[in-house]
Amino acid sequence: MYDVLIIGAGIIGTGIARELSKYNLKIAVLEKDTDVSNGTTKANSAIVHGGYDAKEGSLMAKYNVLGTSMYEDLCKEFSVPFKRNGSLVLAFNEDELEHLNTLYNRGINNKVPGLSIISQEKLRELEPNVDDGAIAALHCSSAGIVSPWELAEALIDNAVENGVELFLNTEVKSIEKLDHMFNVTTTTGIFHGKYIFNCAGVYADIIHNMVAPESYKIKPRKGEYFVLDKNQGSRVFNTVFQCPSKLGKGILVTPTAHGNLLVGPDAQDLDDRDDLSTATDKLDYIKFKGSHSIKNINFRENIRTFAGMRAESDRGDFIVEESSVKGFFDIAGIKSPGLSAAPAITLAAVDLLKNTGVNLVDKKDFITPRKHTPFMHLSTEEKAKKIKEDNRFGRIICRCEMITEGEIIEAINRPVKAVTLDAVKRRCRPGSGRCQGGFCGPRVQEILSKELNKDMKDIILDKANSYILIEELKK
Amino acid sequence: MKYDVVVIGGGPAGLASAKSAYENGAKKVLILERDKELGGILQQCIHNGFGLHKFKEELTGPEYAQRYVEMVKGYPIEIKLETMVLNISQDRVISMINPIDGYQEVQAGAVILAMGCRERTRGAIAIPGERPSGIFTAGAAQRYINMEGYMVGKKAVILGSGDIGLIMARRLTLEGAKVEAVVELMPFSGGLNRNIVQCLDDFGIPLLLSHTVVDIKGRDRLKKVVVAKVDENRKPIPGTEIEYDCDTLLLSVGLIPENDLSKEAGVNLDSRTNGPIVTDSMETSIPGVFACGNVVHVHDLVDFVSEEGERAGKFAACYVSAENCKLENVSNIKNGDGIVYTVPQMINLDNLQNKLEIFMRVNNVYKNKKIVVREGDNIIASFKRVHLAPGEMEKILLPEVLLKRISKDITIELQEVI
Repeated sequence: MYDVLIIGAGIIGTGIARELSKYNLKIAVLEKDTDVSNGTTKANSAIVHGGYDAKEGSLMAKYNVLGTSMYEDLCKEFSVPFKRNGSLVLAFNEDELEHLNTLYNRGINNKVPGLSIISQEKLRELEPNVDDGAIAALHCSSAGIVSPWELAEALIDNAVENGVELFLNTEVKSIEKLDHMFNVTTTTGIFHGKYIFNCAGVYADIIHNMVAPESYKIKPRKGEYFVLDKNQGSRVFNTVFQCPSKLGKGILVTPTAHGNLLVGPDAQDLDDRDDLSTATDKLDYIKFKGSHSIKNINFRENIRTFAGMRAESDRGDFIVEESSVKGFFDIAGIKSPGLSAAPAITLAAVDLLKNTGVNLVDKKDFITPRKHTPFMHLSTEEKAKKIKEDNRFGRIICRCEMITEGEIIEAINRPVKAVTLDAVKRRCRPGSGRCQGGFCGPRVQEILSKELNKDMKDIILDKANSYILIEELKK
Repeated sequence: MKYDVVVIGGGPAGLASAKSAYENGAKKVLILERDKELGGILQQCIHNGFGLHKFKEELTGPEYAQRYVEMVKGYPIEIKLETMVLNISQDRVISMINPIDGYQEVQAGAVILAMGCRERTRGAIAIPGERPSGIFTAGAAQRYINMEGYMVGKKAVILGSGDIGLIMARRLTLEGAKVEAVVELMPFSGGLNRNIVQCLDDFGIPLLLSHTVVDIKGRDRLKKVVVAKVDENRKPIPGTEIEYDCDTLLLSVGLIPENDLSKEAGVNLDSRTNGPIVTDSMETSIPGVFACGNVVHVHDLVDFVSEEGERAGKFAACYVSAENCKLENVSNIKNGDGIVYTVPQMINLDNLQNKLEIFMRVNNVYKNKKIVVREGDNIIASFKRVHLAPGEMEKILLPEVLLKRISKDITIELQEVI
């Protein structure tokens, strides 16, 4: 019997797991995919918003501003890339300038730090490549960029080190409410728990409806993106938005925490919650709109396109509450600025549990997160020392991102093991460079096969049936 | 540690340049190779057809590589394997790491860049659709099959009719897979004619020219590839879609010289070749830094890579002994009608050798044209060609007597044969 079952291992599920792992609780995280952070958390704009977009008084406004203020310490604690690079909303005409004022005032009401409306000259100073037509901008120095999946992985690693049990490939099929517990039937067995946190992202309403009367609907909204080579990463310094429309904040152009350039997303309302396909007309639209903000982006330097799904709820705000069923908490509709708000939402979720009267006793031997520096960020002396201690750090496997064999082996053997090629990629980046694994893919697969003591052909790319090789050649 | 010549890359270009540097007087020569063995991508090219020009016989890739490996090992040339160069400074200090020496810096009298090229990927051409497994660059599939000994799929479509795509169409077929089609965006193939005959025609594999992949279906492993015809602007024509049930898509959509190190070192690159701008001595814009092979431009035949390597090695050795390669009296080669690029892009008029080979690619398929070299309106040389194609690199040879007539920039272009 678990005290707490967490359904979904995205940035919210992993965050709650880690926060609750500070207490003497028996906790399980149930994740349907082969890895954590494999839904909305891995495919979004990877930015930390200032907090001037959300309506005054909304949960979105409250948690965004609070969450954003927590990012520095959080990412430092977990050795995750984060940079407060600032954001700009561009105005191209008088109407849009008016809109900047609206955003500015809302930001002030929301208590967003570092807001100002800047002139054309100041804008050119901050962003030399901004389009000539931009006449002013709303600058928010407290906005940032982060690596969201790395944060989720670090959170779950630390949670697991502190006793949380993670069950991957475990899809929830039904939930039964008994007197003082829930029976959760999954594809890998039945779990019993006293409390449930529903952090199932675009599936949250389906999970909710398994045990409680419908109280919200999740509408999946897809967005497509370009990721460009690092040689385009310095086209911009801030995260550059255009004035928002009804469908969202519009196409943005931003550097990523790893130095690439990201352009996107568009907004497509869908019925299919798993449709992560891209389409040429959509990508062309993004290219067109992105080029309207920043001059001369070289889309020939694109290295990957992808689509992500955001969980739009019909309530128009985050849902952070105990449902009509006692002990079943919904943390749902975490659309943008969900990533920015995640650290604050996590704390709010823990409060929900506290409010039920559960006695949370501090864990005495709580383990703090391990410090980690990527090999290439070490000084020359540190590099030399590291290779001397373990010569596998002297062997570069991924030549685009300069990732060593030592780092790949470390990634595989973290508290939550990386068992797929993409899981290794998300943890230490081989294959995220310009060759997209063309060179290093087979070698990472070889290392996985050795470390996990599995045949080469049993190593998959990402999803459960995404096999890479079919059989050994006839000898 | 000091070396006369340090060669970055132990593939065919690097091996040939190291050998030539030593033969031309460089005493301390070092080869840095990032892989665990010498030979580069040739090691996975187990088909034959290599060496017809150089050795007058048909060798496989590993055989061809082995000949150069042995030549290099016959000399006191130092080799470091599994060694990644991290940086080359303007004054030719090279920093590197490997599992044996750890972090190291060496000073080079001259540097030869021979890092080869990499394949363009799905992202580079933004192929839309879902993101299943089963989509490989042709080279990665070749490595899995020829070096790891694993088959990648049962039913395949290949996008791109460059030589690797064609070779892999045959390779997959020989291993029992069905290749449904080779799909080519352009109205002509980017591969050698002999490969179209020997790899597609002989096996009845269709080549769809002016077609491209417009959708990919499959959420775990690839299930379908949708192909459509394109118009003259290379835009897909609605209604022409063909759906292939298949589990594998190979991409052979172009090679890009791998010049990350060159860029960091400040070497000037040519936007058409994506490689360094070089003189007839294969010297880059940084004195003492030379380049050869696919890092300069993508070759069709390894034989020409070796030749280029030998030239780079010779002039690198000459630079170390004499430092006589000053770029003061230079003629630029301009691309005229029909010419995409030339290598070299510059001729060092103070340093003219007895003859000069110029490599080039044309922008379309042509019949009965002449390649003309002119300085202003003055035609210096002209070479008749019955057939020209983008997939076949052209080469002209300017003898000493003609070279001496050059005094400023020259243009190379295609003209009608009248």
